[in-house]
Amino acid sequence: MKIWLSQHWQALNRALKQLTNTPLSSLLSIIVIGIAFSLPLGIYTMLGNLQAISSDTASTPQLSVFLKLKASQADIENVNSQLEEFPYIASFQFISKEIALQQLQQESNLNEVANNLPKNPLPDAFIINLQQILPDELENIRAVIKKWPEIEHVQVDTDWARRVDALLRLGQLAVLMLAVVLGLALIIVVFNTIRLQVLTKRDEIEVIKLIGATDSFIRRPFLYFGAIQGMAGAAAGWLLIALGIQAINESLVELAQLYETDFHLNYLSFYDSLSLLIFSALLGWLGARLSVAQYLSQIEPE
Amino acid sequence: MISFVNVTKRYPDGFEALKNVAFTIHSGELVLVAGHSGAGKSTMLKLIAAIERPTYGNILVSDQNVNALKKSMIPFLRRSLGLIFQDQKILYDRNVFANVMLPLQIRGFQNKTAAGRVRAALDKVGLLRKENAYPITLSGGEKQRLCIARAVVHRPSILIADEPTANLDVDYAQSIMEVFRSFHQVGVTVVIATHDTALLNDNRYRILTLNQGKLVV
Ligand SMILES: Nc1ncnc2c1ncn2[C@@H]1O[C@H](COP(=O)(O)OP(=O)(O)OP(=O)(O)O)[C@@H](O)[C@H]1O
Ligand SMILES: [Mg+2]
Repeated sequence: MKIWLSQHWQALNRALKQLTNTPLSSLLSIIVIGIAFSLPLGIYTMLGNLQAISSDTASTPQLSVFLKLKASQADIENVNSQLEEFPYIASFQFISKEIALQQLQQESNLNEVANNLPKNPLPDAFIINLQQILPDELENIRAVIKKWPEIEHVQVDTDWARRVDALLRLGQLAVLMLAVVLGLALIIVVFNTIRLQVLTKRDEIEVIKLIGATDSFIRRPFLYFGAIQGMAGAAAGWLLIALGIQAINESLVELAQLYETDFHLNYLSFYDSLSLLIFSALLGWLGARLSVAQYLSQIEPE
Repeated sequence: MISFVNVTKRYPDGFEALKNVAFTIHSGELVLVAGHSGAGKSTMLKLIAAIERPTYGNILVSDQNVNALKKSMIPFLRRSLGLIFQDQKILYDRNVFANVMLPLQIRGFQNKTAAGRVRAALDKVGLLRKENAYPITLSGGEKQRLCIARAVVHRPSILIADEPTANLDVDYAQSIMEVFRSFHQVGVTVVIATHDTALLNDNRYRILTLNQGKLVV
């Protein structure tokens, strides 16, 4: 156990030494990985922010329930009590036909039309604020309420909720695809740096192989190197995005003051950041592993 | 103990470097391997360490059948040996100390214990003063000593040396032979390939002579 630990410790040391021995090329590949990663990372962060905003607005949709024209006061009370017991409803408000007409008359460009109406053509209505629900459920609720005998028509503002939802889903797909492509890019970058390292360390590898180094011993520092490189690259990407968000937030402060809101972009969450680092370390490890497997077998003692 | 049982080695180009060679070296023996250039001495030593594999026949090292050894077990066979290569295989990018450290490093030794052992090995071959020197600054004889130190630092029970006294003057060669003799005296099996005539005329040692890949009896 102690030997095992010290072997890993030594391998890590050798990997770090390698990193500092070639600072420029290490830095360059870390920056390349960082820039590659900042793209999906940036989109991901923006999506997170967009989702946060849209869940405030889009997914608390409104239903407009219009009663039949001949609805009596009893009908209105009946609907009112049914709505009170209905699930998913956050709040609702009754708007009588008289009030509706008044509102119509106040709208200046419709003023004339409204004033010349022989009798009030508007129905009584309820405006319902729903709790946060999925667009599909919204559709169900609409269908149920529409079947009540007193109801003429139920209008749902699902379109925008649906649209935002679809957009977010599309964005998530794009992020996923970008992440896959750039994950591959990371593997390739690490693969190539490790290949160069193996080639420049040919002599050393050959000698230690001849005196009895196991393959795993030879591999280990390269694997550590790959993992460190992947992780450092991801950290660089994270930093780029964090700087970007900071810059945007600073300019948002003025805008937010103007509108008297506290609007700002969120950074990547701790959990997301952690999984990003772990995931990229794994990818780097994988790239190194593939590279070492490929090039070590070529270095057989003659 | 090292045993060759009817070993033939044919290189990929079809050249037969060893032809039906059979012998046994007992543990604790000091044996010289002689023969003209190209006779197959190096090939024989490489077969012992599984650096080359035989085309026919069996090779036993300390009761292990080297042929039957899985690839993953070969490093452990090599660890039981101390190897001195004809082309030395010194790493020129690090100093003497670090070169001798290598066999201990691959075994995962703690740096502290290892340093003591490295100095002991360097002391044994009279190279302690040069531990911080880079190999490029060493004389031919000193490089040979460096190779010996690296071969013995992990205290192997079998020492295999390929032309350790090549290109050295008689005195230097003598003192290097002294080092091998001292290992032999503490029970290490020693196999030395050489065409050093002065050494071969010393009739204290058993000599295996190769001629065109065949063992001369
Ligand atoms: N990898 C190889 N491929 C083809 N032929 C080889 C190979 N290695 C050695 N040989 C040939 O096998 C023969 C024996 O080589 P070996 O190196 O064993 O000779 P040696 O007795 O050690 O010679 P020397 O005293 O010059 O070191 C030589 O003719 C050599 O050309
Ligand atoms: Mg030879």
